[in-house]
Amino acid sequence: MADHRAPVREHADGAADVTAADGADGRRSWRRFDIQWIRRNGVYVALAALIMVNIVITPNFVNVATLRLQLIQVVPVLIVALGMAVVIATKGIDLSVGAVMALAAAVIPLYIGYGAALAILVALLAGALSGAVAGSLVARIGVQPIVATLGLMVAGRGLANLLGGEIKSIRDPGMRALGTGSVLGVPYVVLVAIVVTVLVWFLVARTTLGRQIVAIGGNARASVLAGLPVGRVLLTAYVVCALLAAVAGVLLTARSQASDPTRLGLLMELSAITAVVIGGTPLTGGQIRVAGTVAGALLLQLITATMIAHDIPDSVAQMAQAVIVVGAVYLQLGRRGRR
Amino acid sequence: MTEETTVADDDVSGPGTLRPPGAAPLVQVRGATKSFGGVQALRGVDLTLLPGEIHALVGENGAGKSTLIKVLTGVYAPDGGEFRYGGEPVRFARPADAQRAGISTIYQEVNLVPLLSVARNIYLGREPRTRWGTVDVGAMNRRAAQLVGDLGIDVDVTGELGRLGLGAQQMVALARAVSVESRVVIMDEPTSSLEPAEVETLFGVARNLRRSGTALVFVSHRLDELWQLCDRVTVLRDGHHVHTGPMAELDRVTLVSHMLGKDASEVGAQGVTEFAGKHRHGDAPVLDASGIAVRSRLSDVALQVRPGEVVGLGGLLGSGRSETVKAIYGDLPVESGRVSVAGRNLRAGSVRHALKAGVALLSEDRKAEGIIPDLSVRDNIALAVLPRMARGGIVVESRIDALVETFMTRLKIKAADTGQKVRELSGGNQQKVLIARWLCTEPTVFLLDEPTRGIDVGAKQEVQALIDELAGHGLAVVLISSEMEELVEGADRVVVLHAGRVEAELSGSELSHSRLLTALAGESADPADDGQPAGDDGQPTDGAGQPADGSGPSAGTGQPTAAVRTAAKEEEDGRG
Repeated sequence: MADHRAPVREHADGAADVTAADGADGRRSWRRFDIQWIRRNGVYVALAALIMVNIVITPNFVNVATLRLQLIQVVPVLIVALGMAVVIATKGIDLSVGAVMALAAAVIPLYIGYGAALAILVALLAGALSGAVAGSLVARIGVQPIVATLGLMVAGRGLANLLGGEIKSIRDPGMRALGTGSVLGVPYVVLVAIVVTVLVWFLVARTTLGRQIVAIGGNARASVLAGLPVGRVLLTAYVVCALLAAVAGVLLTARSQASDPTRLGLLMELSAITAVVIGGTPLTGGQIRVAGTVAGALLLQLITATMIAHDIPDSVAQMAQAVIVVGAVYLQLGRRGRR
Repeated sequence: MTEETTVADDDVSGPGTLRPPGAAPLVQVRGATKSFGGVQALRGVDLTLLPGEIHALVGENGAGKSTLIKVLTGVYAPDGGEFRYGGEPVRFARPADAQRAGISTIYQEVNLVPLLSVARNIYLGREPRTRWGTVDVGAMNRRAAQLVGDLGIDVDVTGELGRLGLGAQQMVALARAVSVESRVVIMDEPTSSLEPAEVETLFGVARNLRRSGTALVFVSHRLDELWQLCDRVTVLRDGHHVHTGPMAELDRVTLVSHMLGKDASEVGAQGVTEFAGKHRHGDAPVLDASGIAVRSRLSDVALQVRPGEVVGLGGLLGSGRSETVKAIYGDLPVESGRVSVAGRNLRAGSVRHALKAGVALLSEDRKAEGIIPDLSVRDNIALAVLPRMARGGIVVESRIDALVETFMTRLKIKAADTGQKVRELSGGNQQKVLIARWLCTEPTVFLLDEPTRGIDVGAKQEVQALIDELAGHGLAVVLISSEMEELVEGADRVVVLHAGRVEAELSGSELSHSRLLTALAGESADPADDGQPAGDDGQPTDGAGQPADGSGPSAGTGQPTAAVRTAAKEEEDGRG
């Protein structure tokens, strides 16, 4: 307060002036720097820290079998979160991902008689179709994303139950191989997740569609006036998201060798949104962080695993997750509020 | 128009008649100041409201009307100035304080509860109670019915508010203001979305309120309404207080000149802009729009622009300038009209089709309709041409780099590097980024909506020079500007809109400040051919008692049509 020579305002709306630091202003800009840095890199720091902690406190943590299991378990959340990030970048949200996973799982037993490949194909198509419905509601009719996908979340789960019903075990060599096989020690499911990650990164970084998705999330009105095919881009974003959810549903079904439409993917929308948000992608749209989303999913998985390894009840793990989400969103809002 | 004026004249409570002479002012504001960040919104504004008067508050965009109202009603805390209410110094910390003191505000969008009944809305928060503490619905409805009846409003007070038309809803808001016994009622553009009949009812209610001693503030950009309704007027411009006086002593042209800061005698301040002057242009219009009608905004607007020509589009706030270019660009649903570019008809309502045909629109609202704040300068520039920058849906970065590099240099865009987020740039550089975005599309018609508003002087001159340069390359330019200098010096021809119609078309020697001012005020058209399409308005406009602009014999004698006129001028240019 004492230092009136330096104009405070310059820092309040100045650009990336984070190095100029003296007196009271110095502390201000240091704090700004801090929050931005945390927002951008916090998820990696937290992940690294948690790994360190586990190396120290968790027996048998540094162990190929443990790490392999962690990777296998993170696959569904990771894949769904990547699709979710694409939708969130358009300033939307998709609550129907869990239901789409169940729908994909429900379809598999119906077609497994024709071979695993066809069954999987139909399951993915069912997912894409659901995404097309959500996308059409949002893009063509103008329903709010949260409302449109909430409807699909309920309807999709209902349809999945109708088609699949009770839990059914699946005895198919193809599905078994997909779920449990590996190449050079890397499980197929992990390979699929890696491929999906690369594809989403490519979509975001290298394609016209990726640029348009971010532009529409950043300013939909300006995008319309710039002649972007806004409806088509939104539709595609929801199809991509639902398709990835269906992939996750197929992988989980293959792993457990059973189709369980009633329980598969329950609360998956929450985990996926959490991973996206703590990965640094703002819910306000216009930005997407693929690497951050991967780290966010890994962090969530590791928190759960740590709790389990130390016999901390599931309910506590869920509460921890809640605290992390609120904290991550607060960091984003905190920065926004000061602008 | 004429009929409405008659109504006002007949009214017993016509301008000034009921105000007791020397009544003590109800509200006195002296030297109010308020700034937001670096922007000074109010720079010492005075306002005095007398009981039983309707006081017009006018000014163009950014004049400070809204800020003044918000300072008055406790929404913003003023930085300085003296505020007296009923003679006592006051400072309202919150809107609720102002309301409690008896100041009600009625906004363009009604802020009541649409699902509750009319009566509930009128008495919201002050419902009459039974002795059990429950709402006495019977008493409430009776009182509400009495109230609206007294005000001459015809609504069922038990019906849902949301089912009423917007006009009726505003009337209910007024009734609420009456029921809380407001001493001051501020109406912020209440008529902008009302039908003529609704406007009449609203005015009736306002006059009833005036009769009971309430002070009313009326903000409207429909100038006609001011003379129909208001007793006195205060004009603001750029946060300054410009004029206060009786409405009846002011004619339209003087009022408009106060609003724009120019008067007819000030003509001759040439060379204020960077515009070099007139342009050579082709014969056949590349843009040909005619008969454009947009519901309650535009009727029968026509506009032709030749390659290499800069056509100015003038008009006051609400005259339909932005709507015209948006309708041409396919961004507004039109009721009728035809737009063709280079002889090909555009599909109505399709921005993508207009873009493909070579039309580009630089929108007035840079922030809401222009920049994508979190994207880089580079991505913002390339936004509209992304598909062309890609092969098989995959972006070819080198193509974008080449394009962006070209425009960064050509338009002298100042950014740390092309990857800098566009939100971090200054307003002028953001504007240049947007101009670059549109130039990437290689347009043949460029619609510029206030291209120099809100940018610093240097950038402004650069943009003006650029417009000249673009026209020199054969681009057909439509230039919307609130600055008369820009229109007079930058355009070859100016089409002036008034209340959604083409009021005048000025070119050659007619294109002077005084002519423009008269046209902006809506006084140039001969009443007899009101509603005639553009081109037929070349009547001498000196009839309204305004000073002639000394434009010489050509404008005074036989009236050549716009096309002939321009052709003649062109010949002149060609020789010279």
